[in-house]
Amino acid sequence: MTMDTTTTPRSIIELKDVRKSYGKVTALHGIDATIREGEFFSLLGPSGCGKTTLLRLIAGFDEPTSGSIEIDGKPMAGISANRRPTNMVFQSYAIFPHLSVAENVGYGLVPKRMPKAEIAAEVDKALRMVDLSGYGDRGAHELSGGQRQRVALARALVMRPKVVLLDEPLSALDKKLREQMQVELRALQQSIGITFILVTHDQEEAMIMSDRIAVMFDGHIAQLDSPQALYRHPVSERVASFIGVMNFLPATAKAAGEGELALDIAALGAVTLPVAAVPEGISPAKVTKIGVRPEMLTVLFDDSDHAERVTEGVVVSTSYYGDMTYYSIVLDGAEKPVTISMRNTAGRAVAPVGARLRIGWGAESIVLFS
Amino acid sequence: MRLDAEGRRGLTLISPTLIYALVMLAAPLAMVVTFSFWTQNYLDIDTTFTLDNYHEAWTQPIYQTLMARSLIISVVVTVVTVLLAFPVAYYISFRVTRRKTLWLFLVTIPFWTSYLLRVFLWKVILGYNGVLNSALMGMGFIDEPLTFLLYNANAVVLTLAHAWAPFAILPIFVALEKIDRSLLEAAEDLGDGPWRRFRRVTLPLAMPGVIAATLIVLIPTVGDFITPRLVGGTDGLMIANMIQIQVGRANNAPLGAALAISSMVVVGTLSVLIFLVGRRFGGRTR
Ligand SMILES: Nc1ncnc2c1ncn2[C@@H]1O[C@H](COP(=O)(O)OP(=O)(O)O)[C@@H](O)[C@H]1O
Ligand SMILES: [Mg+2]
Repeated sequence: MTMDTTTTPRSIIELKDVRKSYGKVTALHGIDATIREGEFFSLLGPSGCGKTTLLRLIAGFDEPTSGSIEIDGKPMAGISANRRPTNMVFQSYAIFPHLSVAENVGYGLVPKRMPKAEIAAEVDKALRMVDLSGYGDRGAHELSGGQRQRVALARALVMRPKVVLLDEPLSALDKKLREQMQVELRALQQSIGITFILVTHDQEEAMIMSDRIAVMFDGHIAQLDSPQALYRHPVSERVASFIGVMNFLPATAKAAGEGELALDIAALGAVTLPVAAVPEGISPAKVTKIGVRPEMLTVLFDDSDHAERVTEGVVVSTSYYGDMTYYSIVLDGAEKPVTISMRNTAGRAVAPVGARLRIGWGAESIVLFS
Repeated sequence: MRLDAEGRRGLTLISPTLIYALVMLAAPLAMVVTFSFWTQNYLDIDTTFTLDNYHEAWTQPIYQTLMARSLIISVVVTVVTVLLAFPVAYYISFRVTRRKTLWLFLVTIPFWTSYLLRVFLWKVILGYNGVLNSALMGMGFIDEPLTFLLYNANAVVLTLAHAWAPFAILPIFVALEKIDRSLLEAAEDLGDGPWRRFRRVTLPLAMPGVIAATLIVLIPTVGDFITPRLVGGTDGLMIANMIQIQVGRANNAPLGAALAISSMVVVGTLSVLIFLVGRRFGGRTR
């Protein structure tokens, strides 16, 4: 379900059946992926799923147990980290404590026999890029967390790598700063056009920043897609519940006409879908569950409101977020409540707990799972 | 000065240490300093202030020679010890992944026997009919025992370097352990090979440990007198032996005191220099 543009950019990294074991622990079970030149690519998954391991294999700090990694068309086997066209922004930032900001940023340029003035110019440019002009003479301990993160980024960018690798670079920052940096980092990546590979366990962060995301569980890539495709068409229940909120409802498949699938969904009712709506890898008869996102269900406040399909339910709790209200509603005929998000409007009060509401939904918004 | 309850409690807490330090360190030191300005008249002491002792200590060739030799020996011991200790500390810190404690424990094994015993062991090894000479003769490498092994400055250097090795290994090990391993990966990531990375990151960050090791070995070895007495022969004698002679057999405690204070000043100056140079080189963290 990838949203392929007409001209597919060329690939910069090819991962072919990459496996990595540490003794008896297998951290990666055969990773296959192509990372495109100039894209913002995220490795997303819960802690321990092997994201860092994969990033370190690409950086060259570890060798895969088997499989191959190609960067820019060259196989990387036996090539150590200091000779790879990648640069890393470490989770701890790894700012050299005995060097100034400028010396940190220029670290990788010094051995290149560049004239001092040229190094200074490059360092200045990189510092300007991360909005740290004038900080060159500071020591590492005189920087805030956000500034250290920028220094680490400048230090990587100044090397003009083919790929920048970022291991949870924002996880140490507080929420506000993290959100600001997400936007800035994305904007910077788009303006310089270098491939970024970001490791994160924060699905929101991955969604906001990435062109494509590889969702990883237990050393496998569960799904590799654009943020929209991951959100709209998750291939498994696990992916669906990892990315955003998803309401799951049991369903039974029934015989239907040619090219059609009839489903009886608990609490929502019967629908007939074209077989084409069934994701690859699931046989239509085996559909046992459907998912529907909170914003795909609508509370019909006015009697005049209407929707493709309508059902009813009782409010069991509400959470008010200012712009949105999240309703927990037990639909008629269901046991567990579903979550429904509604944008707040000027003239409308939040429905009280116990209120009986009409809920609208559409067959199009439903995701099928086996 | 009025003390509040907390201040009094603090003082009470440190007072045993404070009193001990005053009695055992400050008082004797003050006495030595005072003595160095007096004069010995055969049996009694003339307590009029004089700088004669210092004049003698700094101008007599014998004292100059001994001071210079002490400095040279201890500098050589320090250099040898620190250079040999660094790889050991490096190995334990970077290469040993399990049982680091066991390795550190092994490093301290020499302490399990008395220092005197260890010095005598070196005599047994290096002596005229010692282990080394017998072995070399037995294997036919030499026809008669080597005499340059024992009773000279070399023997002093060897014995001291062995004795002080753990004291040098431990501070360097601690400094290496403190280095964040991701800094080393960052250096590699930015293009450094192993050697350049060592020079640009590992060594500068280990510098505080190296300086500590240097001072820990240098300061006491300048004043060592047991080792030169036992394995140094005549051309291995050091300034502390002369101080001992002045205070004891020569019955000139004031001159001994002046020599002691002088060597303290020399070592102190040298230590400050080493500290400053080391900091310039990379011990500073900005
Ligand atoms: N050096 C290592 N030695 C042994 N096991 C490791 C090592 N590095 C990672 N692992 C294991 O591999 C798995 C994946 O780890 P990691 O890549 O760090 O996960 P993530 O970054 O996604 O949180 C974990 O189970 C972890 O325990
Ligand atoms: Mg990780």
